[in-house]
Amino acid sequence: MAPPRGAAAPAERELLSAGDVARTIARMAHQVIEKTALDGPVSPAAADSGAGGDVAGPPLPPVLLGIPTRGTPLAHRLAARIEEFSGVAVPAGALDVTLYRDDLRRKPTRPLEETDVPAGGIDDRVVILVDDVLFSGRTVRSALDALSDHGRPRAVQLAALVDRGHRELPIRADYVGKNVPTSRTEEVSVLLAETDGRDAVLIRGQ
Amino acid sequence: MRDLLTTDGLGRDEATAILDTADELKRTLLGREVRKLPTLRGRTVITMFYENSTRTRVSFEIAGKWMSADVVNVSAGGSSVGKGESLRDTALTLSAAGADCVIVRHPASGAPHRLSGWLADTRTSVVNAGDGMHEHPTQALLDAATLRERLGGIEGRRIAIVGDVLHSRVARSNVHLLTTLGAEVVLVAPPTLVPRGVEQWPVTTAFDLDSQLPGLDAVMMLRVQAERMRGGFFPSAREYSIAYGLSEKRLAMLPDHAVVLHPGPMLRGMEIASPVADSPRAAVTDQVSNGVHVRMAVLYHLLAGEEL
Repeated sequence: MAPPRGAAAPAERELLSAGDVARTIARMAHQVIEKTALDGPVSPAAADSGAGGDVAGPPLPPVLLGIPTRGTPLAHRLAARIEEFSGVAVPAGALDVTLYRDDLRRKPTRPLEETDVPAGGIDDRVVILVDDVLFSGRTVRSALDALSDHGRPRAVQLAALVDRGHRELPIRADYVGKNVPTSRTEEVSVLLAETDGRDAVLIRGQ
Repeated sequence: MRDLLTTDGLGRDEATAILDTADELKRTLLGREVRKLPTLRGRTVITMFYENSTRTRVSFEIAGKWMSADVVNVSAGGSSVGKGESLRDTALTLSAAGADCVIVRHPASGAPHRLSGWLADTRTSVVNAGDGMHEHPTQALLDAATLRERLGGIEGRRIAIVGDVLHSRVARSNVHLLTTLGAEVVLVAPPTLVPRGVEQWPVTTAFDLDSQLPGLDAVMMLRVQAERMRGGFFPSAREYSIAYGLSEKRLAMLPDHAVVLHPGPMLRGMEIASPVADSPRAAVTDQVSNGVHVRMAVLYHLLAGEEL
């Protein structure tokens, strides 16, 4: 969420190393598989061949939508891991929430980020919103509004690599990579290879 | 950005930011059920048209409404302008009534600039929706958006603007914007319809259309503005059409990838042949739909950020 600043800032600590980030995403992928019953009564093989025959047929896999900037690569990585572990292909995309923010009038004009809703759409699917840092919850609130203009998901869940607390809205994550107690003045930065050249989670300041 | 009055002096970064915003808006609205964004909720946009227009007024109105702004349309005919109110008083009235943005079209070149000066102490932004023979910046932006979409970029492309350049605000705005974005612009017109001072513009000028066609990436046909013409700028409509109209034969002389633009309204049979206007090479309807996204982007850049 917060953009990373220059390297040698005062009192900067690494919360997660590159290896930690990879392991955390893998763990979150397993949690998604469990919670959305991707490995449920119908085996992935049966789901792949489409030879249902069972009572209700296989559930449609969830759609992962990352919130730009860093939620987008996270969503794609999570989807890749889920497919690797469960054998089920999970569509991933991006949902820009800039146009839905409640603080537009408080900041200089923000450029829009990419929105890319997978071709199958989100109607009647489980949508998992993916963001790097969960903080006030206002970004997620905007994302819920944006989502409802794109369709009507069966359910919406939330995945965050870091939950740093200080919620200002009644929002909680279904999948959390790491809970980090922070003070409001601290800054948590998620770095990803796709956007920043390397993977890490940093915390800075008092 | 506070006002959008001209593309002259609009920087490359700023113009590109508006075009990028328009692209994202188009993408995010594509195939959605609800084409409505909450972004400009509570903002009031007033269109003030002192000259006839279909597409510009409608597309500004749609742009505002899709972003949830309240849009009020004022036409010179139905307003106090008919009772003799000055442009300044009308503008101050609209601003006092709560307009966050006034979109003005006026037959007098420079009217939006005056308006912007009168409203400098208010919180009302001004957008030029076409002033006389001067500028029409949002048209140039939507043309640029269409060219980017069709050609994959503007930098280094060769674009001809053909016809009544003299009376064309579309041509002026496009010359500034397209050259800022790195295009090579050639004006093609009969000598009587080339504006004075054109040698100061960052363009080349030609009188013969046929020799230009094979080297073009895009050709922008201009409407012959009979309403602004007093006296003979060319012998007859038929003769103009033969020399400067985009016929099917001329379309065939363009490279295969080249695209045909027209700002509309089109005079079929005059500057553009009907089959050319309807051919897939012509991007006229794309221009109109891009016009909505570009105007949304302009309103976003003017109204969404913190007040300056």
